[in-house]
Amino acid sequence: MRVKVYVTLKRGVLDPQGKAVERSLHSLGYTAVEEVRMGKYLELKLGPMTQEAAAQQVREMCEKLLANPVIEDFRFEIQEP
Amino acid sequence: MPDSSPSLRRSTGSELLDLRPLRWGVVVFPGSCDDHDVYYCLKKVLKQKVDFLWHKDELKGEWDCIVLPGGFSYGDYLRTGAMARFSPIMEGVVSFARAGGLVLGICNGFQILCEAGLLPGALMRNSRLQFVCRPVFLRLEETDTPFTARAAKGEILRIPIKHGDGSYYADEETLARLKQNRQILLRYVDGKGAASAEANPNGSVENIAGVCNEARNVFGLMPHPEQAAEKIVGSDDGLKIFSSIIAACQERRR
Repeated sequence: MRVKVYVTLKRGVLDPQGKAVERSLHSLGYTAVEEVRMGKYLELKLGPMTQEAAAQQVREMCEKLLANPVIEDFRFEIQEP
Repeated sequence: MPDSSPSLRRSTGSELLDLRPLRWGVVVFPGSCDDHDVYYCLKKVLKQKVDFLWHKDELKGEWDCIVLPGGFSYGDYLRTGAMARFSPIMEGVVSFARAGGLVLGICNGFQILCEAGLLPGALMRNSRLQFVCRPVFLRLEETDTPFTARAAKGEILRIPIKHGDGSYYADEETLARLKQNRQILLRYVDGKGAASAEANPNGSVENIAGVCNEARNVFGLMPHPEQAAEKIVGSDDGLKIFSSIIAACQERRR
């Protein structure tokens, strides 16, 4: 099964990269852009296991390594093959 | 009995003062690049006993201080320090720290200590998104730690920084706790000692350049004291940190 993991900066944490992209979009004329927040997207391929087991493992992976709880939030989607 | 050992000298009191060089361990991760600078500073300048410790080994033996040096461990992939904290040696470093051992993290070492949970907060991309490499002024905020006892409170040190991810972040609650426990040891300041926005090279909250843990035996800082260890390179202010550690360890041995 495949898992899509999204890691995003917590609200209130400054995101200078997002700001730089936002300014670039403005200079390209996309003035409707009010905010850009950058994050990370990871795709995991897991061997056969139940949805519950996968969810539990991916949550652990996020808490231990994929995200830093001091500055980041995470969410994930599990896709059946 | 005459004392022929050069390492043992009589102090003014009756007890023997142990002046043997300390045992320093410098951890080498894949991508460490300031490990040899720390080694040089300790071995050649301060005449200490230093060993490199490979990150894949277990931490064995007796150590006075473990240094996590600067660099780009694991290519800074995912987040700076995120993968190094899971290197086999880190388990021993964490136990050593929890038992009261002195641990110094410089630059990438600071990032690793934050990721490992030995220090509060996190280090993020510099606010101006540029790699900054230049000497900065630092104000020494607290002197009741093994890392800063040989300096004066409020003293200004001139030490280089060189990093792209040095913006220190801690949430309000953590920041309040850091202040209450006086864990902020270094702040970026201007030449006159003011922690102004202009003097902040990377967007760190409240100009924070270095913090210690609550027990005051783990210290992380973004500037490189080992690269300010001889006048010939522009400053030897970094020696204040190392000589503080040496004095603290000698005190511990008594």
